[in-house]
Amino acid sequence: MAPRKRTHGTFEQTAAPLLFLTPNLLIFLIFIILPAVLGLRMSLYDWSILSGTGFVGFKNFQKLLSDAMFWKTLANTFVYVIFVVPLLVVFALGLALLLSKEGKGMGLFRAFYYLPTMLSLIIVGIAWRWILGFDLGIFNYILKLLGQKPVSWLTNGAMANASLIMVTIWTRVGYFMMMFIGGLQAIPSTYYEAAEIDGATKWIVLRRITLPLLRPMILVVVVLSTIEAFKSYELIYVMTQGGPGSSTKFLVQYIYQVAFEEDRLGYGAAMSVVLLAVIGLFTTVQFIAQKNEYTNE
Amino acid sequence: MNKALRYGLLALFSCVFLFPIFWVIISSLKPQSELFTYPLTILPRNPTIANYITAFASGDFITYFKNSVFVAVVATLITITINVMAGYALSKFYFKGRDFIFYMMIGTLMIPLQAIMVPIFLLLKNLGLLNSLWGVIIPPAATPTGVFLARQYIQTIPDSFIEAARIDGAKEFLIFRKIIVPLAKPIIATIAIFSFMWRWNDFLWPFIVISAKRKMTLQLALANFVGQYQINWANLLAMTVVTMIPMIVVFIVLQKYFVTGLTAGGVKA
Repeated sequence: MAPRKRTHGTFEQTAAPLLFLTPNLLIFLIFIILPAVLGLRMSLYDWSILSGTGFVGFKNFQKLLSDAMFWKTLANTFVYVIFVVPLLVVFALGLALLLSKEGKGMGLFRAFYYLPTMLSLIIVGIAWRWILGFDLGIFNYILKLLGQKPVSWLTNGAMANASLIMVTIWTRVGYFMMMFIGGLQAIPSTYYEAAEIDGATKWIVLRRITLPLLRPMILVVVVLSTIEAFKSYELIYVMTQGGPGSSTKFLVQYIYQVAFEEDRLGYGAAMSVVLLAVIGLFTTVQFIAQKNEYTNE
Repeated sequence: MNKALRYGLLALFSCVFLFPIFWVIISSLKPQSELFTYPLTILPRNPTIANYITAFASGDFITYFKNSVFVAVVATLITITINVMAGYALSKFYFKGRDFIFYMMIGTLMIPLQAIMVPIFLLLKNLGLLNSLWGVIIPPAATPTGVFLARQYIQTIPDSFIEAARIDGAKEFLIFRKIIVPLAKPIIATIAIFSFMWRWNDFLWPFIVISAKRKMTLQLALANFVGQYQINWANLLAMTVVTMIPMIVVFIVLQKYFVTGLTAGGVKA
């Protein structure tokens, strides 16, 4: 961007940009920056709407260390992330490889896979709860027709987690597929033409050309889907409500429960700080990795 | 042959993939009795819209629908207005701290609502915005992605247009309205579509702000419905389908972008 000579002169021209910026800036400051600062402060307090507040220093964080439920929900969240992210990458990339070439009907197929990403997670959760119902669900009905025993899709701990992972993939794969298609279409066709002349097999082309050139995009997808998975709450809310027991209770749900149902806002704020740190960590990793990617070239 | 096989597999896989949506729509057209009797049939034996009539007959559902429309439409209007104004200020003016403000706005992407919902709740309580649709609309109206997209796009508008208008003595706001807004229409449309989709589908903001039944949005009401001990599936399925419709319409409108391979992705703008 070439520096432009300053438009000097009238008061109106100096004030204009500030006026244009003000509504936006105020909202950012009041509803994002201020709460973030307040949250950090609250995490150092015993904060309750009914029984008042008091400064406790780092006690909330100390309590976290010995809070079995916190560790349980953190572990649940990590397990979910560890399954969701690689599966999403593999399926999204697979679909993108199948659908990235222009051709008759390809747009339609892409649109099909993209459709679930446009529905709210509440709707997705309800749809799947209907399908996975133990007595009335179509999945168990099909199993029954095949002479199999019905499966407790949402009422058995391990199965409930597996179901949540499956539904997450179903609803998000189209979104990341589109990102990969964008990445694939940005690879210059000359690379492929050269490989063809050299007689490279499809597998070699994929490993030596496509995947290395797609690496920055893969990284973006990994980071975005990781952050998304750490934040997830809606699907769980409608599909399992954290159950059975607490086997699908994730970090965000526990924060909500502690802060709003048990009126321990300071403690909830402390947990939020942990969530913020995790998300900040992944964003930083992405930032650094992307920077290296560019300097390597 | 190979090609036919490929298309065949893709078509088959797509059918399986889209089955859940199909199944919910089909089920919503079955009478209550058919939903719960074996053997299940794919198509309803006696298709009916009774579930829809019952859903709409309860005044509550219409209230939720109105609330959702109000939030999605008003919030989208506010979002495009303030984001395009900010994008203009950050791209066509030079002032101290401009880049700092821009990067700060983008930096807020790192602070998701899930991580600040506790202080947000207290803040809105103190501002008297709890249980108000404005409490849902205003706080997330300024979006980093929206500012980013508007700024990038407006940068491509030649400065000479603006300078010519200034020489003609046009006021700054008039320049914005008569030059910038018409030229930025494509990006305004993009931001509007994604804002509308996000607002229509959003659950967490209303969930934190609204607890009174008559202020609930559709998503909130649906989630609330599922939380009940006995779920009335016949009604719930009809409501779910109605809630889906606006997104299906957007989807059909957006079709051509998929066909041409052009996508902005589903950014929260």
